[in-house]
Amino acid sequence: MIAHAIFFYVFSIIAVVSAIMVTVSKNTVHSVFFLILDFISISCLFIMIGAEFLGMIMLIVYVGAVAVLFLFVVMMLNVTQQKNQWFISKENSNHIPIGLLISVIIFFELIIVIGGWKYKPDLFDQGNLLIVNDVSNTHSLGMVLYTDYIHIFQISGMILLIAMIGAIVLTFRQREGVKKQSYLKQISRERAEGVEVVEVASNRGVKIDD
Amino acid sequence: MEYLDLIFQETYKILFLLVPVLVSVAMIVWLDRRVWAFVQKRQGPNVVGPFGLLQSLADALKYIFKEIIIPASSNKIIFILAPIITMTLALIAWAVIPFGVNQVLADINVGILYIFAVSSLGVYGIIMGGWASNSKYPFLGSIRSAAQMVSYEVSIGIIIINVLLCVGSLNLSDIVLAQKDMWFVIPLFPMFVIFFISALAETNRPPFDLPEAEAELVAGYQTEYSGMMYAMFWLGEYANILLMCALGSILFLGGWLSPIELYPFNLIPGALWLIFKILFLFILFALVKAIVPRYRYDQLMRLGWKIFLPLSLTYVVLTASYLFYFNLLPTI
Repeated sequence: MIAHAIFFYVFSIIAVVSAIMVTVSKNTVHSVFFLILDFISISCLFIMIGAEFLGMIMLIVYVGAVAVLFLFVVMMLNVTQQKNQWFISKENSNHIPIGLLISVIIFFELIIVIGGWKYKPDLFDQGNLLIVNDVSNTHSLGMVLYTDYIHIFQISGMILLIAMIGAIVLTFRQREGVKKQSYLKQISRERAEGVEVVEVASNRGVKIDD
Repeated sequence: MEYLDLIFQETYKILFLLVPVLVSVAMIVWLDRRVWAFVQKRQGPNVVGPFGLLQSLADALKYIFKEIIIPASSNKIIFILAPIITMTLALIAWAVIPFGVNQVLADINVGILYIFAVSSLGVYGIIMGGWASNSKYPFLGSIRSAAQMVSYEVSIGIIIINVLLCVGSLNLSDIVLAQKDMWFVIPLFPMFVIFFISALAETNRPPFDLPEAEAELVAGYQTEYSGMMYAMFWLGEYANILLMCALGSILFLGGWLSPIELYPFNLIPGALWLIFKILFLFILFALVKAIVPRYRYDQLMRLGWKIFLPLSLTYVVLTASYLFYFNLLPTI
């Protein structure tokens, strides 16, 4: 039990400290790396409470895919040059009050949810949640997700699909004058159509590109 | 005292796995170069030791004694962290590879997801190395590599779903034991081919070695690295290749199971069979490296997203329908 507690505190301290470092660190790329560290330590916490499937999915989805996209954007936009001037700047930033408001709301929401769950268990209806101990985490998740909550699950998938299509439609634009390579054309090129023998008039030359 | 005993035992087990993996990584580099050379009618490394077997050792010594150069304009912490992360991730994935019944370091329920997660983390070593070098070629190489690894992970994930549909468990030992009657390479042969090609792309092997395409990018993300840090990248890369071979043999070639349950074959221990299968896949990897020319970048992306992804998705539907129709779905 002691080892368990030690690991719990180590992971949670890493999670909290790296979450703070995400906002505080001056280099944007560094904050993305701290975010990744945060994700990893949270997935370790998930694994510690026995939710190994959730922890692994957290690693695969958030760290393996989402954070890579974050890094991409941050590196490509070269935001590293604009140092985070949160502490240095004299005049107050406009973002701070809004950020504070949102974080206070989130804080109270968390207090209501966690406090209620801890001190007033009958506030939340857990009657239809069947907890089976002799099957693995993954199996029990699948049994709940694909039976009782199949519609919600499918709808959330549809929402993600629509969001993806929407993002593609919004950013896709047809540009003029872009040379495209067609694989079929490249592969099916024959000598007869590729080579052309031209009678070149002396001292005139030929136009190749037209 | 109990804890100390436990820690000592676990450390012993870990060393017993880690040292052979590292040694075999060194040997596999030699094998890779030899196969490559033989295909091209050369000799390959044959001077140091018998058949040149000690060539990798000599190379490693050379790397250790070389100076580590850290570029002045680089981001030093991340620059140093990148090869360490690559190597660590390549090695920790071996914890769940089963070498026989109960011959596994950590027999966790979500073994396959663990390997998948660790291999998807592998991209960070490359991105960090490329970004922290603060120079053009490494950055281009790392961006390419990140896009490539993320795209091919998708198809590998869906191929794994195919196998999981037939097994009904995420545990690697269960996956191997489910292949007692028939290796999955027979019913899922197209998936095996796609897995093999995606594994080539995932480990940045030729013909998909665009992140380090020497004709275009000098050495890609490794350009600024030298000495031991370069060697660590390189060790991590080969450990990853071995891991992918091991994963392929566990998912499709029956892991530690012998091909025929007959007298002379079932005397050979399971771990040896797994090693044979890994070696077989690795020689295929090496042959592909020698035979196939490098892909162009847009062709690589097209192959991943427009061919492999729809193909493997279709095969998931096919497998699921087949299993459902003939009532073969595995029960818990």
